[in-house]
Amino acid sequence: MSLKSKLHELKLKYQGKKMAPAFNAFHTFLFSPDETTHAGGTHVKAADDLKRTMNTVIMALIPVLLFSMFNAGYQHYSAINGFPADFSVMNDFLTWDNFWIGIIKVLPLVVVSYGVGLLVEFIFAVIKGHEVEEGYLVTGMLVPLIVPVDTPLWMLAVAVVFGVVIGKEVFGGTGMNILNPALTIRAFLFFAYPTWMSGDKVWVYGARERSEEILAGANVDAISGETILGYLAQNKGAEMTYSVSDMFFGFIPGSVGETSAFLILLGGLFLIYTKIASWRIMVSAVIGSLVMGLIFNQIVDFGWVSESSKFYGLMSFDFWKHLIVGGLAFGIVYMATDPVTGSQTNKGKWFYGFFIGFISVMIRVFNPAYPEGVFLAILLMNVFAPTIDHYVIRGNIKNRMKRLKNATIYPKDSDGKAEELKAETV
Amino acid sequence: MSKDIRIKKGLNINLVGAAEQTTSKAVLSNVYAIQLSDFHGITPKMIVKQGAEVKAGEPLFYNKNIENMLFVSPVSGELVEIERGDRRRILTLKILADKTQEAFAGAALDVEKASKEELKAALLKSGCWPFIKQRPYDVVANPDATPKSIFISGYSSAPLQADLDYVLQGKEKELQAAITALGKLTPGKVHVTVGSSGNSPLATLNGIELHKVSGPHPAGLVGTHISKLDPINKGETVWSVSPQDLVIIGEYLLTGKFNADRVVALAGSSVKAPKYYSTKIGAEISTFLYASGVNEENFRVINGDVLTGTKSKPDGFLGFYNNTVTVIPEGDDYELFGWNKPVFNKISATRALTFSWMQPNKKYELDTNTNGEHRAFVVTGQYEEVFPMDIFPMQLLKACMVKDLDEMEQLGLYEVAPEDFSLTEFICISKQPHQKIIREGLDLLQKEIG
Repeated sequence: MSLKSKLHELKLKYQGKKMAPAFNAFHTFLFSPDETTHAGGTHVKAADDLKRTMNTVIMALIPVLLFSMFNAGYQHYSAINGFPADFSVMNDFLTWDNFWIGIIKVLPLVVVSYGVGLLVEFIFAVIKGHEVEEGYLVTGMLVPLIVPVDTPLWMLAVAVVFGVVIGKEVFGGTGMNILNPALTIRAFLFFAYPTWMSGDKVWVYGARERSEEILAGANVDAISGETILGYLAQNKGAEMTYSVSDMFFGFIPGSVGETSAFLILLGGLFLIYTKIASWRIMVSAVIGSLVMGLIFNQIVDFGWVSESSKFYGLMSFDFWKHLIVGGLAFGIVYMATDPVTGSQTNKGKWFYGFFIGFISVMIRVFNPAYPEGVFLAILLMNVFAPTIDHYVIRGNIKNRMKRLKNATIYPKDSDGKAEELKAETV
Repeated sequence: MSKDIRIKKGLNINLVGAAEQTTSKAVLSNVYAIQLSDFHGITPKMIVKQGAEVKAGEPLFYNKNIENMLFVSPVSGELVEIERGDRRRILTLKILADKTQEAFAGAALDVEKASKEELKAALLKSGCWPFIKQRPYDVVANPDATPKSIFISGYSSAPLQADLDYVLQGKEKELQAAITALGKLTPGKVHVTVGSSGNSPLATLNGIELHKVSGPHPAGLVGTHISKLDPINKGETVWSVSPQDLVIIGEYLLTGKFNADRVVALAGSSVKAPKYYSTKIGAEISTFLYASGVNEENFRVINGDVLTGTKSKPDGFLGFYNNTVTVIPEGDDYELFGWNKPVFNKISATRALTFSWMQPNKKYELDTNTNGEHRAFVVTGQYEEVFPMDIFPMQLLKACMVKDLDEMEQLGLYEVAPEDFSLTEFICISKQPHQKIIREGLDLLQKEIG
């Protein structure tokens, strides 16, 4: 008996039972279902379903994940041994040693994120009796890429439970949530465990342990794992040794997957090309961040802030460089474009994206304690997205109302007869 | 002034099995049927009893709400069966056809001289009235209302639909009579649309506002034309008639006889020799289906096109409004890793490892598989790509789902029919039943607001 018919029998056996959603999730993962179109609708359907859509986003994330695994090791060894003198990608970056750090530090984050998140999804699906929905396939991949590499696994697990339950399931599951679940998880971590989420000791594997050893009296050099934005926020931009190409290609410290603007750009182009993510949101968010960056640059040019100002470092940072450091690029491509929590109208997407870019850079500059604003900006705009859509749709309704004024409504024939009868009797 | 319509938003679904332009005469059907599901929202009251002999064009039942609206038999014969469903609701009336057909004599009319009232009465009495559909609500037109304009689409853009240019050849006289009559029923215009590169007999008629349309499906749907030329506002009524039904109306007005003859396209990838058949409304589909032959065991017969038709069977009957019967393979099989492997043999509106965008002219053999499970609305911005009206499709669907009457009205439910949402339903990643949602929304709106 083939696997196909065996699974079909099992499906019939589970039908109507409590565990059916759990079984179906595995079954539909292997085989797309034998369901046919039913009465009252189209008899044929297009090839894409939600699984394919989500899978496309994951495909766009795989290069970023692989890069981040190498980068975890590269940052770790560079922090200990110093940056290699004449850097070559093959010899210094794509090495087994670097990848091994990725396997022991990054892969567990992925496993915990998927394991805990999908468990919650399955439990909810079984309790509520609906199918396991695909939303978490992308969320589960995003979460490990937006946290610092040293995040303890138990923290991540707690945050994932919180994010999936409060961020999504209480609203009714995939498609019903107001806030992006991955960012809800990120925000939970940030506010619950701030010391693990910011500062200069969390972005590179080993930095925290080393500093604890130093405190205990060990005679070793401290590892500095400060991010570029961290340097700038402390007005220490001059101490920074990273070149623009380091920033663009991503050989810098930061959250696990956010560093390589290059691969994120490729992922973004892939998502636009496959028509899965909205190019309107991506383009307008880039415009928004450039505009805000330019405004700050102008303020510096006019001499309105002095060099001693705590905002000087970030305000004087070239406006276009904002896009290649920190999590802005990652947020714009993979998080802002979430169709459920973003604006749903094409016109609304322009405003939504623009303000994400604009506010991200604004938060970055004005919040030196934690110079990363993109996740807060996206969460804020998630909340405003329905309002933006409301006004876009109002515009459409207004046009319809305007048209209504010139409507040609004829009386019903029977009304006319009633008039005639009246006239006769009078 | 005539205005040409060019549609950019849309999607052509090219399928294998277009009907070849030759017409054969179908075998005479023993039994003909009138299916009440064709007349949405109409409660029938029987005029003749089971077992009665009727002539072709003789009334069978009337509309309970509008009593002078009669529905007639397509053939002469004996009313052998009244099939009923739940709560004795009438589903199908079956007529066993006589060997020699007799026509029920009505009165021919001089359309040039007849008044509006005379024409209305004639159409209602003859059984021709149900061919006229109205918007809002997409139901048989209410004869009491005055439409602001009448739309006739002579362009077929739906997949495998009968080519109207072909089936209307030589029917100019009947078409002209019907158009002249319709022109008297509205103070507005009779808008007729034809394909920009076709040679439709409709283009030669007098008393019409002719428009040429081009672009992908839904360029041929009247809903598209109405929204581009004369959108419906609350309180307004627009009527539409399909051209082949105009021929029946025209013939009645000229001769006084209800002639249910119809040329039907038999199409689809499961048909061995897809072509046209001349038959009658209500004929058994098997009378021409097996003449062309079918390719596989497991197929689905559709009364209409693949996007808007109704599911039928080989021993089912040709619908009242249908000029196309499509037969495609059933897709009730699993597919290993169907959700992530590259797809070359299906149509898609995205490029997510689907490659239909590379060959826009390739013809596909689609089956009835849903290609995925039903989900909540997730992806946005895709319906708009194939929806040419000035309406927010997803927002309107959601308003219908939550039964918000104000929103439904404001977002333009009066302007649409379920068929306008057939393309969005086709491409829907969440596999939502758009046409059903819109139908239920329209029913609710009609019930509450009327």
